[in-house]
Amino acid sequence: MSDKKNSPVCDQNCDTCNGMPPRVIFTEEMRKEYTILFPTMLPRHFKIMEKVFNYYGYHTELLEDGTHGDSKTVIDAGLKYVHNDACYPALLVIGQFISALQSGRYDTHKVALLLTQTGGGCRASNYIALLRKALVNAGFEYVPVISLNVSGLESMPGFKLTIPMIHRLMYAILYGDLLLLLVNQCRPYEAVKGTAEALADQWSTRLAKEMTEGAINYKKIKKTYREIIASFAAIDGVDCDARRNHEKVRVGIVGEIFVKFSPLGNNGLEDFLVSEDAEPVMGGLIDFVLYVVSNAMLDYELYGIGKMKAKIYKIADKFFLGKQDDLIAAVKEDGRFVPPTSFRITRTLARDYVGMGVKMGEGWLLTAEIFELIHEGVGNVVITQPFGCLPNHIVGKGMMKPIKETYPDVNLVAIDYDAGATAINQENRIKLMLANAKKNKGKSHT
Amino acid sequence: MQENMQNLPKAWETMDPSIPAAIGIDIGSTTAKLVVFCDGKLVYSCYERHFSQVRPKTLELLLRVKDMVGHRPVRVAISGSAGLGLAKAAGIPFVQEVFATGEVISHLEPDTSAVIELGGEDAKVIFFKGGMDERMNGTCAGGTGAFIDQMATLLDVTVEEMDTLSLKANRIYPIASRCGVFAKTDIQPLLNQGAAKENIAASIYAAVASQTIAGLAQGRKIEGKVMFLGGPLYYCQGLRIAFKDALKLDDAHAVFPEYGRLSVALGAALYASASDETVAMEDLLAGVEASTREKLEAAHTNPLFESEAEYKHFCDRHAKASVKVVYPADYPGTAEAPGNVYLGVDCGSTTTKLVLMGEHGELIYSYYNSNRGNPVGIVKEQLEEIYALCGDRLVIKGSCVTGYGEELIRHAFHMDRGLVETMAHFTAAKYFNPQVDFILDIGGQDIKCFKIKGDAIDSIMLNEACSSGCGSFIETFARSMGYEVEAFAKLGLFAKAPVELGTRCTVFMNSSVKQAQKDGATVGDISAGLSRSVVKNAIYKVIRAASADELGKHIVVQGGTFYNDAVLRAFETEIGGEVIRPQIAGLMGAFGAALHARSLALEKSTLMDAEALSTFTHSSKAATCHGCGNNCHLTINTFAGGEKYISGNKCERGAGKKLPEGADIIPNLHRFKREGLAALAETALTHSDRGTIGLPMALGMYELAPLWHRLFTELGLRVVFSGPSSRKLYLRGQYSIPSDTACYPAKIMHGHIEDLIERGVDAIFYPCLTYNVDEGTGDNHYNCPVVAYYSELLKGNMESLRKTEFLYPYLNINQPKELVKELYALLKDKFGGFTKSQIKSAVQKALAAYDRWMADVRAEGEAAVKWARARGNRIMILSGRPYHIDPEIGHGIDALATSLGFAVVTEDSIAGLTTKTSVNVLNQWTYHARLYAAARYAVANPDVQMVQLVSFGCGLDAITTDEVRAILESGGKLYTQIKIDEITNLGAVTIRMRSLIGALEYTADGVSAEDDKKASRVKRKEATAHV
Repeated sequence: MSDKKNSPVCDQNCDTCNGMPPRVIFTEEMRKEYTILFPTMLPRHFKIMEKVFNYYGYHTELLEDGTHGDSKTVIDAGLKYVHNDACYPALLVIGQFISALQSGRYDTHKVALLLTQTGGGCRASNYIALLRKALVNAGFEYVPVISLNVSGLESMPGFKLTIPMIHRLMYAILYGDLLLLLVNQCRPYEAVKGTAEALADQWSTRLAKEMTEGAINYKKIKKTYREIIASFAAIDGVDCDARRNHEKVRVGIVGEIFVKFSPLGNNGLEDFLVSEDAEPVMGGLIDFVLYVVSNAMLDYELYGIGKMKAKIYKIADKFFLGKQDDLIAAVKEDGRFVPPTSFRITRTLARDYVGMGVKMGEGWLLTAEIFELIHEGVGNVVITQPFGCLPNHIVGKGMMKPIKETYPDVNLVAIDYDAGATAINQENRIKLMLANAKKNKGKSHT
Repeated sequence: MQENMQNLPKAWETMDPSIPAAIGIDIGSTTAKLVVFCDGKLVYSCYERHFSQVRPKTLELLLRVKDMVGHRPVRVAISGSAGLGLAKAAGIPFVQEVFATGEVISHLEPDTSAVIELGGEDAKVIFFKGGMDERMNGTCAGGTGAFIDQMATLLDVTVEEMDTLSLKANRIYPIASRCGVFAKTDIQPLLNQGAAKENIAASIYAAVASQTIAGLAQGRKIEGKVMFLGGPLYYCQGLRIAFKDALKLDDAHAVFPEYGRLSVALGAALYASASDETVAMEDLLAGVEASTREKLEAAHTNPLFESEAEYKHFCDRHAKASVKVVYPADYPGTAEAPGNVYLGVDCGSTTTKLVLMGEHGELIYSYYNSNRGNPVGIVKEQLEEIYALCGDRLVIKGSCVTGYGEELIRHAFHMDRGLVETMAHFTAAKYFNPQVDFILDIGGQDIKCFKIKGDAIDSIMLNEACSSGCGSFIETFARSMGYEVEAFAKLGLFAKAPVELGTRCTVFMNSSVKQAQKDGATVGDISAGLSRSVVKNAIYKVIRAASADELGKHIVVQGGTFYNDAVLRAFETEIGGEVIRPQIAGLMGAFGAALHARSLALEKSTLMDAEALSTFTHSSKAATCHGCGNNCHLTINTFAGGEKYISGNKCERGAGKKLPEGADIIPNLHRFKREGLAALAETALTHSDRGTIGLPMALGMYELAPLWHRLFTELGLRVVFSGPSSRKLYLRGQYSIPSDTACYPAKIMHGHIEDLIERGVDAIFYPCLTYNVDEGTGDNHYNCPVVAYYSELLKGNMESLRKTEFLYPYLNINQPKELVKELYALLKDKFGGFTKSQIKSAVQKALAAYDRWMADVRAEGEAAVKWARARGNRIMILSGRPYHIDPEIGHGIDALATSLGFAVVTEDSIAGLTTKTSVNVLNQWTYHARLYAAARYAVANPDVQMVQLVSFGCGLDAITTDEVRAILESGGKLYTQIKIDEITNLGAVTIRMRSLIGALEYTADGVSAEDDKKASRVKRKEATAHV
């Protein structure tokens, strides 16, 4: 994460703007009457987050363009307005924004766009720049873009990420992670297809509402965890024994954050795995948050950079870990589902294979998540990555050999996602992995 | 490739009719295979191309065995990349093809240690020993059957002929086989330069073998008994030899089984026979038949034309853009007063075009055809024809040649001039529309576009090697589906539902087509879809336009590909407007050359006359230049009379010419830095009791070598550098590269590490640097993830490295105190031990040495600029990354630039670099900040041009290239980007640089009165500069 000062906002001296109009500022006034659009990644998490933003006086709207079988529109807009060698997530996110703006649903003069920015050494930090360029080319140069970051990269007077807001967003993430975990564990075993997902959707609507009802009551949240778990455990027609014995082949998903989580990015990978009679397993979004927090501490540890910042992040780390612990405890207590692994453990797992200083993109987290899966007994892992993803050369494909040396029976497959890559190629490779997984499973049973 | 294995009726007839039959079907991307087993015996097999008629073909094959199978119960399974859809539709079990292969081999040949299988579009490697592992090529990896087909088409031979040719080879050229497009870029110049087809054929196979091994072995050694499977390895002897050579296998260990091409089908049969379910043959047939009638929904777009009438209107409109055709006999001229005519030749990458033009632009004679790998022979034939037509009535007053083969043809036939192709096309387009402001030329191999502003070429865009998929792509595709390109295009015109294909390179489109076939698209739908893809590729990838308005108001499209009405229509619908396609769309380069020849107003042409032509001969042979470290592969063409033309050289040295007096001293910062870094080795200790430390000369070492060298020398260690880089060095480490899509500068690192290990160093040092040198010019100072963390990958993937100590600490080079602390922690107990103060003193000296080095580089940069200004030479910032000065990575492009008269500086060497530049992107990488500052410098200095080198696969450069372009163009400068990879075609780079010069000279006389205030602010005084 960068500890640098804010980039200067254009001072209208267009000598240095390289043909780009001055940056549009999202002002205090705009806050009242503008709709802030933000792109989808994890549908249920983000749905709850949307309501959290609104609770703090913004009018945000989660975009769903491209997620209802209309991905082509989004991809086309992306191809048209984003450098085609830029990474696929950038193309999708920006494509989603542009197609929303072009849809006619909004008064585009009353709309702002919100995008996260980590400020790391991966090209993803430049999504914002690419988005602004795309907006100019698409004729929306007047639409303000808000960077959602905790590194102080650039600030907008009309949008402030406050500590209470971060606090509330954290619960949105934890709730989302819990739903993700439960849905994935129920789907392969449910008698009526779609039951678990429908239940999760009901929950995310309810939770979104709850997040906007007064002060945070952590006791109540912990109680809600239990209620959620119980409701999934009570789904009719789930073959509980089969689930407990992991009768279905379990397949882990790790990778670049967007293509890992977003069905738009990974051609509906979870759905595909379920349709192939497998159980998808994936770590939650809180792990990524904790990874980002860890890196700020590591910057001090490795390079002596940002002593103060490291101290603050250490407090954050402890806090988030505690929250994750409570969630894990709730799942354990119920006993019917496999709980997530504590990040305390996760972050130690890759140390012998990749340095903790590898912090660009998903960095060491990606490798650590593979080990986390192996330790949970999930011997099959799909490593998802945008085509040409630089950090993944190191932490994804670059770690397959050392991992296979330690665990020869682990079944790893790296899949590239790209506007030009076809589902058939991806599916064929995953099918190969599944065929071996099923064979291995047969072996271990006999 | 159509052949049926003999079935075995005898064995069959004696079998009990109640024994079930096991049928295995394998439907690959190009072929369908079917095998029938009964009682463990193979009783029938066949292997045929399906021409994308997947379901009808499968039905046909099944009908063939219907009577044989009779009333036996059937167990069946389908496999193969194109078989999935059919399996689903017909309710037949599906088995993944690599899995099927693995099963059948471990069943039939249990002592196998590895399998290599090449299919139509897939390459697979399976390891059996030491942890079973099955791998398929990634989405960006060619070098398969389709690739070989494509290459045969390019050589104008059949696949069988290519194989026969390869067996007579005596040398191997380096050819990229990442995908067909890349390889073509390498092969075409070889063909144009007259390299022997025998050698090219063998080189293609060697490239396939190398690609498969590098791309799929990923650090695992392929050894022991290796089975080679799949169609191409079954048919091509040359390919077998290439694999055996590459893997150093003897006959006992390289096995090419008779069933090789059927292995997947056998695997499917094996899978089927293990199943309990049986089906009656009638039901199986009924299921497949039903699937052939199924209407399939694939992603598709609107038809190109709704009606015949619409098409007719379209044709009529385009018929207007024509030139007057006059037959030679009708052209005025007599023996006494011969008529003046002008010859234009366009020796393109796949086609050769000739135009004989009259005084008033009349078309007297034209020729357009594939150059069939022998452009010299074709031009000779055509000249003879032309001389015969001219007789003594017409006289050629001027001749001009353009295109890839320009140099060769000009030398061979003594043409008057050579013209860079961009200028030739502009000249021709202007003839059709003097107001032309945009030209798009899609040829067989290239896409070229020019924007015209104020009667001058304002910007040039050429397709990068990876975004082609142009004319020859459609042609190859048409042929692979069993059509000629004209018929293929026609089918597309009225296709009901053109399929939606990708816009990426050939390999990607191949798999999109595969998907469409699976979904049941017709040939016409595919044809129309391909046309749309080619067009979108041009508009969005090459031109990078957001809307049609950006292109211009007066668009001229040309190039042979636009003869294809489907492509033309797709283009017009995509941009939502009408364009001009001259009737001589494919001849525009030659026509422009002829116009240029006319403008020369020569008294007499130097063109070889009919008499000399009759005794003209041409031969070529290969050689290697040892003039410098580049070791260029030369082709020496010898013409009648012993005249020689040498090609393949990167600089003047190899051309056998003596360098002109003083030419050697044109400043070249690439060379200066190379020599400076090489000199470091001279100041290393020659002996040390503490030990030796190896520094790999790759990636970030190009930046920090002076620092680390001084550090370790001060500490009393003997410093050993790896290298120099070469292709050979790269190949030594190639086996351990896990990610084939990483950039070449990273991949070559493996070779450097091997080199250091062989030199027997005690330790190897390449630190992990998240943060690069902070020059205070950006928002942060990162390295890219690859430069920063490649050591982690090396550690995990290079087995050879495990025997040598590998030091890759995480270091902060910006805070001396911190650096001392980190290095002390690393080194205190190593090499005999160090005290903290020893480390501290060494660090101080090391940082000072780095500062001195950078100061030297900057001083040299300033000196170079002064030198050039004093002499009126142009200055080129040949920019990129520090490691692009590596001769193997930069491919001698710096020498090429100096040979064109440019003084070459680097982005880090020029003055004014320290001011922080405001940019529209997040400016947080040290190397990028230098690029932006350099672009600013170019904008501020009229005599400075900037060329950006970009490594293929560099994701970050997607950001920098757009921004550098924006900075340059906002200052009225031309932007030139050169993508480089393992192999780079210097011919294409030459065209780019010459186009740059051509455009500069064209605009030299007058800058247009553009309303763009920035353009006018920077007055271009190019007229004062000359080459």
